[in-house]
Amino acid sequence: MIRVMLPGHLRTLAGIKGEVTLEVKGAATLRTVLDALEAAYPMLQGTIREYGTLKRRAFLRFFACEEDLSHEPMDALLPEAVALGKEPLLVIAAVAGG
Amino acid sequence: MSKVRLLVGTHKGAFVMTSDGKRQKWEISGPHFAGWEIYHVKGSPVDPNRLYASQTSGWFGQVMQRSNDGGETWEPVGNKFEYDGVPGTHQWYDGTPHPWEFKRVWHIEPSLIDAEVVYAGVEDAGLFRSADGGQNWEELSGLRKHGSGPHWQPGAGGMCLHTIILDPSDPQRIYIAISAAGAFRTDDGGKSWRPINQGLRSEFIPDPDAEVGHCVHHVAMHPSRPNTLFMQKHWDVMRSDNAGDLWTEVSGNLPTDFGFVIDVHAHEPETIFVVPIKSDKEHYPLDGKLQVFRSKSGGNEWEALTKGLPQENCYVNVLRDAMSVDSLDKCGVYFGTTGGQIYGSSDAGDNWTAIARDLPAVLSVEAQTLP
Repeated sequence: MIRVMLPGHLRTLAGIKGEVTLEVKGAATLRTVLDALEAAYPMLQGTIREYGTLKRRAFLRFFACEEDLSHEPMDALLPEAVALGKEPLLVIAAVAGG
Repeated sequence: MSKVRLLVGTHKGAFVMTSDGKRQKWEISGPHFAGWEIYHVKGSPVDPNRLYASQTSGWFGQVMQRSNDGGETWEPVGNKFEYDGVPGTHQWYDGTPHPWEFKRVWHIEPSLIDAEVVYAGVEDAGLFRSADGGQNWEELSGLRKHGSGPHWQPGAGGMCLHTIILDPSDPQRIYIAISAAGAFRTDDGGKSWRPINQGLRSEFIPDPDAEVGHCVHHVAMHPSRPNTLFMQKHWDVMRSDNAGDLWTEVSGNLPTDFGFVIDVHAHEPETIFVVPIKSDKEHYPLDGKLQVFRSKSGGNEWEALTKGLPQENCYVNVLRDAMSVDSLDKCGVYFGTTGGQIYGSSDAGDNWTAIARDLPAVLSVEAQTLP
């Protein structure tokens, strides 16, 4: 079971309270986790990754275990603690507004 | 008794305002989609409780929302706006080629005859159509692929397709407008398009009479006269009586002919409203006085309407989609400001009251007249 924490606006959009827990088939990577997230919550399609290119939207970052994973390859394995559900994958929106 | 419902899009959410036919007391619900930019909310003429909203964010991109109960509840629908084929380039501000990139939906136009059909005007300029209530979107790419597309250039607000007018007498005819490409018309349901900018003159572009490149801010039409169009251009108020084939200036005695909104009285096709703005450098009213100007002669002769509007220290703007009329008798007129005020008149502009004063900056106002 993978845990994912989304920004507040996306939790509201998807009707999610707190963390999301996801079953991910195969290895836990950014790609497989986001695929599972978007399959469970189709309204999130296009809000984290752009349509077509599937690139991370510019003002979002991925963190886990106090590491910035934003620039890791999409198919790189996530930290073991994330794969085991001990730590969440954090989707974080850039802070703006001072 | 009839009711009026206002659909208000702001920089930080949507608001729904309702009143009975007297239009004196208003109930306000919202913010819906709090914290998101709501460029436009519009209802279906076929099913007025079917509403569509464009919800957008610099962080999370575009979301489209639909309501089937007049805005009490909403559901996200399709947000996949992909240009048809390889989009190519348009001109950037400096004249260099720039890839066509989808940014947001500026304007939603539900079909006049089918509640499941809806059009969306987007930035970078394109026109999309959904035939399933907003779940799936398909570009009407004949517009973007018009030969002039590579020469289109963004206005200060982006290269947005902000106006869509469906001809009630001819389902095959659609008018659209793009900043800063100009106005276009299709007579075959969106397959092919042609620029309708003859008569426009824009001194700030290299060829002031060019076929495209004019910064059209908004276009309005009265449904009983679908061949007559009124335009607020960047500078100049214009009219056409031949479906856009030729435009003539009707700025007349306006104190300044820069502005964004223009709309037509619901029952008097020659009565039109604009809100003059000082200049393109100073996006606020002249002399700190918020004035709506009304012409009862289809332009040229204008009168200032000021009763109930602030006449000192007012430095707000009124954006292109932020004026609308209801179809009661007398005609109601409504507009929203970048200062968060919604003003309404229940007597065709003679007197104004503030329906709301402290909303986020208003991007759009649509009025629905309900049974």
